Amino acid sequence: MEHHPVSSSGNSPVIAQAETIPADLLAKIDEAVTHYPVSKRSASLPLLHLWQNHFGFIDDSAVKWIAARLDLEPINILELVTFYPWFRQQAPGKTIIRVCRTLSCAMAGSYELREKFCHSVGIDPASDHHHGLPTSPDGNYSVEFVECLASCGSAPVCLINDDLHEDVTEADVPKILTQYLS
Amino acid sequence: MKSLLLPPHPKERRVVFQNAWTQGYTPDIECYEKHGGYAELKKALGMKPTEIVDEVKKANLRGRGGAGFPCGVKWGFIRRDDGKPHYLVCNGDESEPGTFKDRYILHNDPHQLIEGMAIAAYALNANLAYIYIRCEFPKAAKIVTKALQEARAKGYLGKNILGSGFDIDIHVHQGAAAYICGEETSMIESLEGKRPYPRIKPPYFPAVLGLYMAPTIVNNVETLCHIKQILKIGSEEYSKMGTPGDGGTRVMCVSGDVVRPGPYEIPAGGVTLGELIFDVCGGLKPGRTLKAVIPGGSSSKILRAGESFKIKSKGADGEMIEKEIPLLDLVMDAASLAAAGTMVGSGGVIIMDDSRNMLWALNNLNQFYAHESCGQCTPCREGVLWIDKMTTRMVKGEGIAQDPATLQNVADNIAGRTVCAFGEAASWPVQSFLAKFPEEFAVGEK
Ligand SMILES: Cc1cc2nc3c(=O)[nH]c(=O)nc-3n(C[C@H](O)[C@H](O)[C@H](O)COP(=O)(O)O)c2cc1C
Ligand code: FES
Repeated sequence: MEHHPVSSSGNSPVIAQAETIPADLLAKIDEAVTHYPVSKRSASLPLLHLWQNHFGFIDDSAVKWIAARLDLEPINILELVTFYPWFRQQAPGKTIIRVCRTLSCAMAGSYELREKFCHSVGIDPASDHHHGLPTSPDGNYSVEFVECLASCGSAPVCLINDDLHEDVTEADVPKILTQYLS
Repeated sequence: MKSLLLPPHPKERRVVFQNAWTQGYTPDIECYEKHGGYAELKKALGMKPTEIVDEVKKANLRGRGGAGFPCGVKWGFIRRDDGKPHYLVCNGDESEPGTFKDRYILHNDPHQLIEGMAIAAYALNANLAYIYIRCEFPKAAKIVTKALQEARAKGYLGKNILGSGFDIDIHVHQGAAAYICGEETSMIESLEGKRPYPRIKPPYFPAVLGLYMAPTIVNNVETLCHIKQILKIGSEEYSKMGTPGDGGTRVMCVSGDVVRPGPYEIPAGGVTLGELIFDVCGGLKPGRTLKAVIPGGSSSKILRAGESFKIKSKGADGEMIEKEIPLLDLVMDAASLAAAGTMVGSGGVIIMDDSRNMLWALNNLNQFYAHESCGQCTPCREGVLWIDKMTTRMVKGEGIAQDPATLQNVADNIAGRTVCAFGEAASWPVQSFLAKFPEEFAVGEK
């Protein structure tokens, strides 16, 4: 997955995402819509995924654009963005670290593991979730807890961008982080 | 997963896992074909669809997604010639804590699933199918999408497959990190592009009104792989691997405090809980003793070490006799676990040893359910949140004397009062932890 965080610093005007849709994204969107011959509305989630994979998050222009593309009202798209934990309305870090929080991983030390990730990249482990993903000051990493990643037999696990890391120890953290240096 | 690289344990019988762990086996179609891939689809296209449904019925295959409904009976609800479109949906949401089997199939043996789905679609007269994959499996979505393209290119999918006159197209649909989408009517709403609020029942089965208000069958990934294997082995042989009423093998996913956690494919009823822990999984960590077992995913009721159950079974003369069965002698099949007041569910077995605090463990699960309630039904949305708040304060040592009774009361008032089984899924842990480990929840005494 590529992530292009949009900087909100400085006074440069923020360009609406819908103003800059590249041709290959448009082509992927057209292809995705064909998978739902019965109802275009079914393409809502796939389009949101394609959009977020490209832009890093979903802005207001995206909600309107996707709704128009599928002959829906913007609220039909916005209610999905606000329901599903996967979708974001703010830019994340370049690398997203998702540590599994649920029982088997917690028994194997995932709470300590998340703290170790947070401290290593400069995130306050107590920072909350409600204003975008907790992200390191340099914008390189976001760290969050997620629920069971269906890999409980190799706990604790974390999903970093598209990669599942299994049997992760606190000692592995520095090595893992350098793997994702851009 | 280290345990899978070992040769199969003598108690294991790898049927749906037979290729996934073979040295040198790759997920591409050539490799699958070399291992007998798509032979059963060819066979199926020469059979009458009703014959296939009958085979699945005779195989006694129960759904592997959690509810354990007999698959052939569910398929029997579809009337092939009712003139309506029919749909097939594969449930690849795999989100029940403790469950980790479907991901291995999606990654290592995607064509087995596709073949199972093509056979199912033919039997059900469905021309369009979706594989709903949770988005936390981004690689699985890529691998399965590629496998679908390969199958289309070879004529196993698409129009007039293998010259049979039957059309079937299958697409991948990614979820967006919501556990509720594993519930089949929520999954259907999600597929329709709506907020995934589970549908009000009745109708109880999507086979009556499902995707786009048409008859729809939703089956788990593992279930659909078993379809291919039933046609390969034959329903008689297949059902013999299990117990009466629970045929075939089941992947039991063992996690927690054992030496060799992992997914083990074992004939239904082929091991006792004791054999699973001490034999297959290498026992507990050194110096530890068993404390508790969650036998079928986080929603199943917890069992306590040392307890025993009165279970009825048929004696040699056909008479029903009741026997006292200790926990470790409990057979791991649907009927025995139900008799012990819990369930095989999704096959996720979580083992806890004497180092574990039950209040802490329940609080962990309560946080899961509080996070995942979709918010549609008031008892669940409010109740699960309060349950979480109560155990969170109890863990901090700030509980009050009434907390255990209040917890019980709230849980009792969620179960049975919600649109979907999430209400039970969230209440059963609370009810069973309180019943089995009351001393760990008593507030005040230390
Ligand atoms: C809250 C909830 C979550 C569920 N999650 C899953 C899941 O992740 N995977 C799954 O296959 N079934 C899940 N189910 C069960 C499905 O509703 C459905 O019974 C199953 O997919 C049917 O397939 P099967 O008959 O092959 O098991 C869930 C049910 C509930 C109530
Ligand atoms: S509990 Fe962490 S992967 Fe299941």
